[in-house]
Amino acid sequence: MLAIQGDLDWSCAILVALAAARPTIQDRPMSRLRIFVFACLCVLLASALPAGAEERFITLASTTSTEESGLFGHILPIFRAQTGIEVRVVAVGTGQALVIGARGDADALLVHDRAGEDKFVADGNGIDRRGVMYNDFVIVGPSADPAGIKGLKDAKQAFRKIAAAASPFCSRGDDSGTNRMELRLWKAQDLSPRGAPWYRELGTGMGATLNTAVEMQAYVLTDRATFAHFRNRGDLVILVEGDKLLLNPYGSILVNPAKWPKVKAADARIWHEWLTSAPGRAAISSYRVNGEQLFFIGDGSSE
Amino acid sequence: MNEIGRAFTIAVELVVRGDAELVGIVALSLSVSLAAAVTALCFGAPVGAALAISRFRGRGALILVANALLGLPPVVVGLAVYLLLSRSGPLGALGLLFTPGAMVMAQILLLTPIVVALSHRFADALWAQYGGALMVDGASAPRSIAIILAIGRAWLITTFLSAFGRAISEVGAIIVVGGNIRFYTRTMTTAIALETSKGDLSLALGLGMVLIALSLAVNAVAFLLERSWRR
Repeated sequence: MLAIQGDLDWSCAILVALAAARPTIQDRPMSRLRIFVFACLCVLLASALPAGAEERFITLASTTSTEESGLFGHILPIFRAQTGIEVRVVAVGTGQALVIGARGDADALLVHDRAGEDKFVADGNGIDRRGVMYNDFVIVGPSADPAGIKGLKDAKQAFRKIAAAASPFCSRGDDSGTNRMELRLWKAQDLSPRGAPWYRELGTGMGATLNTAVEMQAYVLTDRATFAHFRNRGDLVILVEGDKLLLNPYGSILVNPAKWPKVKAADARIWHEWLTSAPGRAAISSYRVNGEQLFFIGDGSSE
Repeated sequence: MNEIGRAFTIAVELVVRGDAELVGIVALSLSVSLAAAVTALCFGAPVGAALAISRFRGRGALILVANALLGLPPVVVGLAVYLLLSRSGPLGALGLLFTPGAMVMAQILLLTPIVVALSHRFADALWAQYGGALMVDGASAPRSIAIILAIGRAWLITTFLSAFGRAISEVGAIIVVGGNIRFYTRTMTTAIALETSKGDLSLALGLGMVLIALSLAVNAVAFLLERSWRR
């Protein structure tokens, strides 16, 4: 946005210069059109160039669930106001976020797969993993509930019943934190639904998966925050919640500056510290959708 | 069906309100697509014309490759450019990943085959018509290329519009290399993808309508320019 501000000044200068040159241009309407088009092209082309090397920013690889729930829209302006640092969020599945971090393309990570995070640090790609917040997963499905899981407090039992009833189930199938949680639940009971006709592996983000599940009248494992923020629910309702296993803790990790000297280690650390101390916690806790708090401070008592 | 009606209302509302984020997204879409299309045109049109006027071994193969590259999947190009620009990749030091520059780069790669193939086509026809006269005049190759392109400038506009159309509607490559970062690398198409993902289908459709209107506007300007050249 700031690039465009600067270019507006520049383009005004061009247009003023052209207007001043008018008496020398033959008064043909089409040539004025050409000049106008040329000026617009200059403005637009210039604004595509990398702008503002003076701006402080870090690149944060995070997950689709934090982006699509609207959390970043809430906390990043607060962070920027307090520190002057812009956080550019690349929101992809947790698996991809970890790869982006391992390749040194991000300065910090905010993801939700403890096993993946620990491996990331153990491999030397990241340092100083800290718990930030948690929310929980819920199992949603059609209100008719063909597998009869409504009100269950045990997520594993719910999955067992879905498999037994062979009810349509939409899996994200994209190696995201949500997907990894879902696969852990199947594995915990030695079930492997892959390849079964009722198990639909989609390979899409949380919102896109929900869109598909609405149309297919299928069960889905989703994080509460994305579902709360989702605007195309159709007939889907929350059927199972509250199991300790469904707690979903998020961790912040710094990309290892020893491995990637070009990362913005200092500014990333400011973000990392902010997120895990009082101001960041206040910002996170204050995020509400329809009056409902979506992310809670702590690790979630299961870890 | 009422989603379409709602989408139309949203689209009009967004435009009339002059929503700052929307203006930023529109400006970025236009600048990235125009930059890529213009660059591809500047490189690709002379190459296409050169292919038309020259005869050398492997020329046929080159033309075949240019046409085949029309079917290059954008998301594959995006992945390739990502690997190139990644900090652990060969061009990592440029720091271009997740910037508009990376998006322009990926789109140039996608658009150049289109420009080469299309300009070769019309240059070929023009060369058949004027080639003899040019050769008799003793025009050099660069000069012939320039003259052919000048004669066929109306076709150049069509070529540009094809390239631009491809660029402005593209999402697969730019979402991988740009990262769809809010306020920085989010374009109309990636915003539409995101809003669809969030279930906000009316907003996504509304943005789509704005995008189509934009495309129409660019085409209209090009059409007027072309008319002025014919006078």
